[in-house]
Amino acid sequence: MMERYALELIEHGKRVDKRKFDQFRDIEIKTGVISKAEGSAYVRIGKTQVIAGVKIGVGTPFSDSPNNGVLIVNTEFTPMASPEFESGPPGENAVELARIVDRGIRESKSLETEKLVIVPGEKVWTVFVDIHIIDHQGNLIDAAALAAINALITAKLPKLEEGKVVAGEHGDKLPVAHKPVTVTVCKVGDNLFVDPAIEEESVVESKVSIAVMEDGKICAIQKQGASGIAFNDLEAIVDLAIKKAGDLRKLM
Amino acid sequence: MGKATDKELIVNGRRLDGREPYHMREIKMSVDEISSANGSAKVSFGKTTAYASVHGPRSLFPKFLQESDTGILRCRYNMAPFSVDDRKSPGPDRRSVEISKVIRRAFEPVLFLEDYPKSTVDSFIEIVEADGSTRVTGINALSMALASAGIPMKDLVAACSVGKISDTLIVDLNGVEDNNSESDVGVAMMPQKDIVTLLQMDGILTKEELVMLLNLARESCKKIYQIQKQTLMEKYRGAE
Repeated sequence: MMERYALELIEHGKRVDKRKFDQFRDIEIKTGVISKAEGSAYVRIGKTQVIAGVKIGVGTPFSDSPNNGVLIVNTEFTPMASPEFESGPPGENAVELARIVDRGIRESKSLETEKLVIVPGEKVWTVFVDIHIIDHQGNLIDAAALAAINALITAKLPKLEEGKVVAGEHGDKLPVAHKPVTVTVCKVGDNLFVDPAIEEESVVESKVSIAVMEDGKICAIQKQGASGIAFNDLEAIVDLAIKKAGDLRKLM
Repeated sequence: MGKATDKELIVNGRRLDGREPYHMREIKMSVDEISSANGSAKVSFGKTTAYASVHGPRSLFPKFLQESDTGILRCRYNMAPFSVDDRKSPGPDRRSVEISKVIRRAFEPVLFLEDYPKSTVDSFIEIVEADGSTRVTGINALSMALASAGIPMKDLVAACSVGKISDTLIVDLNGVEDNNSESDVGVAMMPQKDIVTLLQMDGILTKEELVMLLNLARESCKKIYQIQKQTLMEKYRGAE
């Protein structure tokens, strides 16, 4: 029922919560919310809530990049966050979300992995970004990406003594050079809008998540959804994402 | 896939394998390669080779997965352990889970799944040799496998990769280029309808560069579509 209502509203240029098509719900960002984590952020977009935590440990580098630290992004869709989520290993939606967030950070070269070497070729810092979905009320990707980058920019490297991590003590800030922001543009018919509420998300025909850098350059794109997108609509989608990414960045 | 390299990838306007920036590698396509499937195809772009096969539409089990008003499409993208330089441990990983999903999404718009309630169209892509652009090669193969299975389609799906290396825009990235490009974009299209069904992009681009790359991808998909069509015609209707 709500789906049909949401669809009819969109077709008439309206939304379930009276927002404009290019308007986000209210956004709250809090950093440093988890004291045990090296960096953390809580993001609320409308009723959608996510927490991203950064844990940093000493690890070995990948053989093909011996002089770079390691970044691993993971998501857990906890069953409490939505009646649609089940416990167990991550499903394809969780994997896709984690990989979209990962690429936004990795491809923008935000995390300066070359500065995360402890012993070249042997020991590097491994940075885990774990994204916990607390309440799924739509637009998880944008919320997760926003939480991840805010957790990273506030993270501090653990203190190292004789090659071992000293629990609870921190040193330098984690070197983060950029702040990519991801905006997902949704399409229903000819209508483009951002930040779908949960009722809207189920009627979205296709959507494109676009990660945008400070200078408006694009660093990652992923088309999703079961419908195709007319080639000539792509530019308008990119333009909308770039514009809204600028707005979101002001909140950081 | 290729390894990281310090070599210049473009010298005097030519790529390491001698290609000009907008040239694709040698393309080979054939259909009906796998006798036990309802439809199948094999596609190579240079040293990247993908098999695709289709089983179905067939009844979907277990039953609770069935949709009473529509059929579903299932896709599995998989790389053979020997397809890459360092052996890939067999079975699905996060990368292949994601690619399988986006490939499914690339084909859902072209099929009439509502005609097969309670059924599934099962499709499989196996990369036997990987030298960049594996997902788009797999998509080109699967498109022809679906056609060879006689499954009605709104259009074929043609796919290609485009990217940017040292300020040059290029088409059909090989493994070394894939790993060392500043940016790469995978595009799948319904070429006759001008509809994009897969779009993934990594690496940094300005909007203007992105638009140029998308146009390059669209032209290349149209060329690939012609080869797909020709191959299918030769097989099923005799050469025209």
